[in-house]
Amino acid sequence: MKKLFQALGPCFLVCVLLLLAACGGGGTTSNGGSTPTATSSSGGNLNVVFLPKQINNPYFDTAASGGQEAAKALSGQFKQVGPSSANAAAQVPFITTLTEQHVGAIVISGDDPNAVAPSLKQAMQQGVKVVSYDADVAPDARNVFVNQANSEQIGRSEVDLLAQQINSTGQIAILSAASTAANQNTWIGFMKDELAAKYPNMQLVKIAYGNDDDQTSFNDTLALLQQYPNLKGIISPTTVGIAAAARAIESVHKGGQVALTGLGTPNQLRQYVKDGTIKGFELWNPANLGYLAYYVAALLVEGKIKGNAGETFTAGKLGSYTIGANNVVLLGPPTVFNASNIDQFNF
Amino acid sequence: MKRLKTLLITWEALLVVLLVVSIVIGSMLSPYFLSGFNFYALTSNIMEIAIMALPMTLIIIAGEIDLSVASILGLASVVLGLLWQSGHPMWFAIAAALLVGLAAGYLNGLLVTKLALPSLVITIGSLALYRGLAYVVLGDQAVSNFPTSFTNLGFGTIGGTEIPWSGLIFAILAIIFVVVLHFSRSGRQLYAIGNNKEAARFSGINVNRMKLLLFILSGGIAALAGVIFTARFSSARPDNALGFELEVVTVVLLGGVDIFGGRGSLLGVVLAIFILAILQNVLGLLNISGDIQSLGIGLLLILSVLGPNIARRIQVVITRRRLVAGSSKQV
Amino acid sequence: MTTTGQEVEPAKQRNQVRQARLPGIVSRVRELGLLAVLLLIILIVGIQAPRFLSLDNFTQILLSVAIIAIVAVGETLVILARNVDLSVGSMVGVTAFVTAYFFKELPHINLLLGILLGCALGLLLGIINGLIVSYGRVPSIVATLGTLYVFRGLVFVIASHTTSQVNASDVPADYLALATTQILGIPALILIAAVIAIIVGYFLHASKSGRQLYAVGSNPAAADMIGIRRDWLVFWAFAASGLLCGLAGVLWGARFATVDATNATGLELQVIAAVVVGGVNIFGGSGTIFGAVLGAIVLGTLQNALNILNISQFWLQAIYGAAIIGAVVLDAFITRWLRRTILSRRKNT
Repeated sequence: MKKLFQALGPCFLVCVLLLLAACGGGGTTSNGGSTPTATSSSGGNLNVVFLPKQINNPYFDTAASGGQEAAKALSGQFKQVGPSSANAAAQVPFITTLTEQHVGAIVISGDDPNAVAPSLKQAMQQGVKVVSYDADVAPDARNVFVNQANSEQIGRSEVDLLAQQINSTGQIAILSAASTAANQNTWIGFMKDELAAKYPNMQLVKIAYGNDDDQTSFNDTLALLQQYPNLKGIISPTTVGIAAAARAIESVHKGGQVALTGLGTPNQLRQYVKDGTIKGFELWNPANLGYLAYYVAALLVEGKIKGNAGETFTAGKLGSYTIGANNVVLLGPPTVFNASNIDQFNF
Repeated sequence: MKRLKTLLITWEALLVVLLVVSIVIGSMLSPYFLSGFNFYALTSNIMEIAIMALPMTLIIIAGEIDLSVASILGLASVVLGLLWQSGHPMWFAIAAALLVGLAAGYLNGLLVTKLALPSLVITIGSLALYRGLAYVVLGDQAVSNFPTSFTNLGFGTIGGTEIPWSGLIFAILAIIFVVVLHFSRSGRQLYAIGNNKEAARFSGINVNRMKLLLFILSGGIAALAGVIFTARFSSARPDNALGFELEVVTVVLLGGVDIFGGRGSLLGVVLAIFILAILQNVLGLLNISGDIQSLGIGLLLILSVLGPNIARRIQVVITRRRLVAGSSKQV
Repeated sequence: MTTTGQEVEPAKQRNQVRQARLPGIVSRVRELGLLAVLLLIILIVGIQAPRFLSLDNFTQILLSVAIIAIVAVGETLVILARNVDLSVGSMVGVTAFVTAYFFKELPHINLLLGILLGCALGLLLGIINGLIVSYGRVPSIVATLGTLYVFRGLVFVIASHTTSQVNASDVPADYLALATTQILGIPALILIAAVIAIIVGYFLHASKSGRQLYAVGSNPAAADMIGIRRDWLVFWAFAASGLLCGLAGVLWGARFATVDATNATGLELQVIAAVVVGGVNIFGGSGTIFGAVLGAIVLGTLQNALNILNISQFWLQAIYGAAIIGAVVLDAFITRWLRRTILSRRKNT
C-alpha cells in the first residue's frame, strides 16, 4: 500500500500540475495582454527597470543614478536588478520575472546579444518595451539601442591614446570583459583595424577576458605580465578591468614601465593617474547614459515614439536626439581624463 | 526501525503540506503567481535540476553521490555548441553530447567501482576535471546562434498549453524512474546496497555493476539536461549551470532521501522539486535576487537533515521519560 | 610449547606496530614523492624558460599560494577528523567583505582591531559549522554544503544593505600594506602563512589533542570507546577552520583591495585540491600540515608554469580535477601496496 502511494504519488502530482497548466494556458490572455497598445495606453505604468550586465559594478551604479534622475523628472518608477556576475544565462531569469510583473520597459545591457534574445522577444510579445544600453542585444529583440558613443571612435581613440604613451612601438595586450559582449567585440574590431592601419610597430599579442570580475582581471593582468616580459602597454576597455589592471601592475612595481589605458571611472582611477601608472583614459558620463536610456524607455512606454529610424525627441536636460539607422541613439563623444582634469569629476 | 519508517512517511506528508502552503502563500503575495505564464516560467526554470535529480536519487539511495553532474552538463553543452558551430547537423551534435555524458559517467563509475575509491572525493575531482575540459574545448567563447527549432526544445511550449517541452521529458523520465525504483527488483536491490553493501554482495547482488550503471546513467541524463539547458538559453558556454550540483543534491535530500543511503522515495523528491521551484519563483516575484535566495536554499538543505535529527532526539527523550515513568509506577 | 608462544608474541607485536606506523609511512612516502614532483616541474619548466627560476618568480608563486595555504591548514584539521568543510570559500568571502567594509566606514580604527574582527567573525562562522556537524549530527558534507549557500547569501544581504563594492581608495593604506610589506625582504603574507603552518603543524604533532584528532579520523568508533571526546574535537576542528578562514579573508581584502560579494567563490575547490594532492587522506587519520602546504605550493607552481610556458589558463581547472583524482588513486595504490608488503613480511617472520 505504501509503495503504491509512493509510486502513484509523483504520477498523480505531475498530472495535477499538467492540468493546472492546461487550464492556466487559457487564462493568460486575460492577464497579460497580447496587443502592445493595451499596456502602454495605461500610461500610468511608467515602471522602467534597468538590467545591467551585473550589479555591484560602479559604472552601472552611476548609470542607474542617471536613470533615477530621469525617473524623478518624469514622475516614473525606477528600479535596478541584475545578476552578481556578468553572465547572460543569469540575466534570463530576471527578464522572465520582469515580464511576469508586466513592467513598462526593460532597459538592458546584454552579456550576450543572442542568449537573452528569446526571453526578450517573449517580453516584447507580452507588451513590455525593451531598450538596450551600453551593450546591444540582437536587433529584433529590442526596440531601441542607446549607444554611449560612436563605437568606431572609441576603438580607434583607445589605440591612439596608448600609442602616444608608448611611442607607437612595442607589444601590447587587451584586457577585455566578457568574450560575448557586443560592445567589447565591436570596439576590439576597430582597435585591430586602427593598429593595422596606423601602427605597424605595435603588436597585439593577446586578448584576455576578465569577465568584468575583479579577481579574474587582476590575475589575468599578472599572467599577462609574466607571459610577456616585454609588454609595453595594456588597453582595458572596461571599468572593472582597468581598475584591477592598475592594481596588479602596481603590485609588481611596474607602474610607469607598462602603460595602461582604457575606459574607467575617475573615482576609481584617480590615485593611479596621480601616481603615474595611468597617463590617460577615456569614458563618457554613465549617468547621462542612464538618463537618456530612461527617457527613451519612458517615451516608448507612453507611445510618444515608436523607436524607428528618423524619429526625433527631446530627452530633458540632454537636449534633442534623432534615432539613427538600426534604431540606434548615440549619446555623444567620449571624454579623455588625465592628470589635468581628473579632479573635476565625481563619478 | 519502524519508528524511523513512520518518520519518513510523515516527511512526505509534510512536503505535501509545504507544497500546498507555498502555493497559497505565493498566490497571496503576488497577483502574478497564479497565471499560466508563471507556471511555465517556474517549471521550465527547474527542469534541468529536476531531470538530474532523478538518477541522483538512485545514486544516493545506493550509498554514493555524484557531484559532477553540473560539470557534465556544461561539457555536453560545450560539445553540442562546438559541433553545431563547425557545421555538423543538429542531431549529430546532440548525439555526440549525450555520448560524452555517458563516457564521463563511465569514468566516474569505473573509479568508484573498480578502484573502490570514495565517490565523494572522486566526483569532486571529476567536477573540476569535466568543467575544466569544457573550458579547454570552448575557452572564453560561447556559441549562441542556435536555430529556433532547437531553442523551442528548452524554451517552447506544447501546443496551446503552457507546458514546456522539457516538462514532458521530465514527466516521462520520472515515470520510468518510479517504475524502476519502486516496482522492480533492481530498485529493491538498490535499497539493499544502500543499507548494507556487504550483505547485498553476499546475497548475490552485483553491487559493482549496478553502481557502474548508475553513474553511466547519471552522466547520460546530465548530458540530456545540458542539451535542454543549451536550448533554453540559446547559449553553449563552459560555465553553463555552474554550481547546479548543489541544488540537485538539495532537492534530493529535501525530498527525504537519507544521505547515507538505503532510504527515500521519488515521491518526496518530486515534491521537493516543485517546492523549490515555487520558492524560487515567489522570491523572484518579490524581487529577492537569486544570490539571496541561495541563503534560503542552504537553510532548507541543513534543516532537511537537522530537522529529523532533532525530531528523533526528542522522540528518544520522550520514550526514555515514558519508560522511566512506567518503571517507577511499577515500583 | 612455551617457547613457540613466546616467539609468536613479539612477532605479533612487531607486526601490530608496523601496521600502526602505516599511516605515518604513507605520509612520508607521499610527501617525498610530492617534493620530487615539485622539483621535476621546476626542472622541466626551468629548462624551457629560465625566467621561471628567478627569485622574483618564486616569490610571486608563494604570494599567490599564501592565502590558500592558510585556508588549507584549517581544511586539513577538518579532513583529518574524517569530515570536510566545503564552506571555506564563503567564509573567506564574508570575512573579506565585512573587514573591508569595516575599514571603509571607520578608517581611523586600529589596524589590529580590524584584523581581530575579521578573525572573530571567521571563528563564529566556524563555530556554527561545528555545532551543526557535531551536535546537530548532520553529515559534514550536507552541513557545509548548506553553510556554503547560507554564508554566501549572507554576504549578498550585507552587500545590498551597505555597499556593493569596496575599492582600494576606500580603505586605509596601512590595511592594504599588509599585503605588500616585506620583513627582511620576505613578503609579510608569506611569513604569516609559514608561521601559521608551523604552529598548527607542531600542535598537531606534539600535543595530545593533535594525536587524538588523528585517532578520531582513522577510527571514530574506536576513539569513542577509549574515551576521546570526539564531538568536542570535531567541533574545534571546524572552529579552527573558520578562524583561519577569517584571517585569510582579512588578508584577501588587503591583497585584492576591490572587494564585493562574489569574493572567493569557488575557493573550496582549490583548497581541497591542495589538501588532497598534499597527501591528506580524504577518509581521515593520515596526512600532515606540511603535506597540505606542499600540495598548495605544487598547484601554485603548476599554475605559474602554465603561464610561463604560454599554455592556456583554461587547462588549470582540468588539471586541478585530474590532480585530485590522481592523488586519490595514488593514495589508494600506495596504501594497498604498503599493506601487502607489511603483511607479507609478517608471513616471513
